[in-house]
Amino acid sequence: MTFSTRAANWTWTYILRPFLQILLFVLGSAALMSVIAVIVSLIFRTPASRGATLEIDLFEQLLKQLPDTLIDGITIGFLYAVIALGYTMVYGVLKFINFAHSEIFMVGGVIGFEVMIRLRDGSLLTTFPPVLLVILMIVAAMAFSGTLAVVIERFAYRPLRNAPRLVPLISAIGISLFLQDAVRALEGLGRNQFNLAYPTDSVPFLTQRLPIGPTVTISVTAIIIVISAIIMVLGLNYFVNATKIGKGIRAVSQDQATASLMGIDVNQMIAITFLVGGALGGAAGVLFGLKAGNISPFSGFIPGLKAFTAAVLGGIGNITGALLGGILLGLIEAFFSSLLPFFPSFGTSYSDIFAFMILILILIFRPTGLLGQRVDEKV
Amino acid sequence: MKIVKLFTVVIVLTLLAQLHGATPTRAQGTVIKIASHSPLSGGQSQPGNAIKNGVDLAIQQLSKPIKDLGFTVELAPFDDQADPKVGPVNAQKIVSDKAIVAVVGHYNSGVARPSSVIYNDNNLVMVSPANTAVDITDRGFPTVNRVCGRDDAQGAAGADYAANTLKIKSVYVINDKTVYGAGVAKFFVQSITAAGVKVLGNEGTEEKSNFDAVITPILSLKPDMVYFSGIYDQGALFFKQARAKGVTAQFMGPDGLDAPDTAQIGGDAVVGLVYTTTAAPAALSPDSKQFRDDYKAKFGSDAPAYGPEAYVSTAIVLKAIEKVIKDNGGKFPDRKAISDAVRATKDFKSILGTITFDKNGDPQVATYYVLKVKSADPKNWTGNEPVASSKANSPLTPATGAAASATMAATMAATAGGAAPTNAPAPATMAPTMAATMGATTTPATKAATMPATMAPTMAATMAPTMAAK
Repeated sequence: MTFSTRAANWTWTYILRPFLQILLFVLGSAALMSVIAVIVSLIFRTPASRGATLEIDLFEQLLKQLPDTLIDGITIGFLYAVIALGYTMVYGVLKFINFAHSEIFMVGGVIGFEVMIRLRDGSLLTTFPPVLLVILMIVAAMAFSGTLAVVIERFAYRPLRNAPRLVPLISAIGISLFLQDAVRALEGLGRNQFNLAYPTDSVPFLTQRLPIGPTVTISVTAIIIVISAIIMVLGLNYFVNATKIGKGIRAVSQDQATASLMGIDVNQMIAITFLVGGALGGAAGVLFGLKAGNISPFSGFIPGLKAFTAAVLGGIGNITGALLGGILLGLIEAFFSSLLPFFPSFGTSYSDIFAFMILILILIFRPTGLLGQRVDEKV
Repeated sequence: MKIVKLFTVVIVLTLLAQLHGATPTRAQGTVIKIASHSPLSGGQSQPGNAIKNGVDLAIQQLSKPIKDLGFTVELAPFDDQADPKVGPVNAQKIVSDKAIVAVVGHYNSGVARPSSVIYNDNNLVMVSPANTAVDITDRGFPTVNRVCGRDDAQGAAGADYAANTLKIKSVYVINDKTVYGAGVAKFFVQSITAAGVKVLGNEGTEEKSNFDAVITPILSLKPDMVYFSGIYDQGALFFKQARAKGVTAQFMGPDGLDAPDTAQIGGDAVVGLVYTTTAAPAALSPDSKQFRDDYKAKFGSDAPAYGPEAYVSTAIVLKAIEKVIKDNGGKFPDRKAISDAVRATKDFKSILGTITFDKNGDPQVATYYVLKVKSADPKNWTGNEPVASSKANSPLTPATGAAASATMAATMAATAGGAAPTNAPAPATMAPTMAATMGATTTPATKAATMPATMAPTMAATMAPTMAAK
């Protein structure tokens, strides 16, 4: 095999094919949801409005909202997907749900805030190249959150590895509460702030919107989120499927005892899994902070829960599944909450209820999630 | 291993011992405690701490007459975390401490409502600096009072400003689904619909970080105004994201947005935001200057909204305690007696004006302000420009008082203009209409029918049940 064909092969396996797969997921989910939404809007074309002042053709309204809804859904979907990867990797290796992951995500957001605010205090923020700024924030958060996840694993999970399955779960919840209050205490004492607002106003690059059609604009933040998420997913795919360490992780996830007999350092592999999962969570924290504009010690909980749901929806333990689950959940949520305001007896607040109803329906028919495989009980 | 176990046992025992020590077993002595009960931690801690600090300052400055009677007054701060579940738990602790004779709190009406039931069962008086929801006092509890205004009038005042001064044609309303937020939204929508403004949507959301889905319909409906009925930690972020997504509408909200953190979180997006509030802004309460200077000297920042109100609430409580001790011959004051004395407060001269409680514990006349945010710097929050102010009577106060208040409002408006001479638009005064409408204690229904004014239906609607209850 010549060098060029090998390079082409490599590009196809680790960049093009996974990229096309992501594209397929995104387009497929978006098309599916759009079609469902169009059908619903044609059935309930004139929902009884609140009071007589509002006359709305739901179909026209849907068409007007569709581009924004899709952009929002895909953006938040990628975020859920990146967080879900952390849950699903740990589950794949340890068969245990790391409930502290939502707090690792939140800590990443706080680190991003600290980087930004320190640059501002040194009055560097306005002159700093914005792309470099985002990369710096993400890298700092990845380093910190990844290390944090490894430390948590070492002290809170490893001593309990042979304990009954519920014990590390409780430990995870404990860590989660500890991290929330630790951040609250540190930021409360250090800055006397609970709501950590990203100073995005000082970076015009982050607040601008680019036109992508006659009436539709997309925010730079959304583009940053999607691009970073795709890069991270491709990187993870390469790491797990092509490197020696990735092979080790896969081996440990199949059978710890046998893997260790084959000379694989199980503890090290598990620590690396936590490092990678934590780093992804930290990066997602920064992206979320940039998008929402604010991080608080409790803002990890809801996105964490949604991402966990996404992981289950896609099939927990399955990396591709986490991606599909995240994107699908983001879109479902965006569609429901942008259309429900026009149904007076429901309202936006019902969007989670409907989203979780769909989850339950899917799990009734596919208990292992969309892409999950039946894992045989080990004897 | 043995050492670890021993250590654990020791820790558990110590904790148990502390729990025991915390139970109030002390006999009634000479220490009188006033509890402040507000969110001291979490997303809404800024006004919560202002309330605590206000009480603190009042106790330090105004408790001398009680000291002279042989008692010491202490502050007992409690943290309700802005959580309707935490408030009542703390309330149980408060009522079981016999030294606590009064509560100044809460910040959130949703927390005050369940907590005040517990205070009331124990005859413990509560004076609220900030709870504006109507049924805090409309339940008619003898122990529950407030020094601030009410949401029915606040919603009406906001609607009046939006419809008649800003001349908006359409509005999209979001509320936070709490007792407070949903309440103000209801009154705002009633009044603004009556004024002929189209309400394009009225949504409740508990979302705290990602408002995309709420904003999408607003983007396509293009309302003139977006009204967020809730607290700043949610509202400011919503405004920030809405601006970032290209919503160009005028933003507005109620007094939950009256906190420097609104600017901290919202940044440039909240510049130009108008909000109604019942907390007196510095520019319009000249008598509170001394308090604001003392506050800044002691706590290092400008007094946020409801700090002065907490100070006044405590002043009323201290006055009542002093009276009760004097009346009962120097004995430890009885909770019930204090509660009665607070309710009897009449023409109390405070840094925010004269306060008289009506039968339900509402101030007979309350002032409602409309302010406009001038700067994205949280340090400049006190420099927000008052653009309108008005006075309104409580539902149980007869019209005669209201007629007098109309002139007061006019004076007030003049002061506002004087305080900020650079501001071109003259403050709008809603007092005459409000006075006429709200003074209609006799037959609100018929009066509302003949009254084309903005507030008529609202007031009639809120007054009718009260009248029936009587």
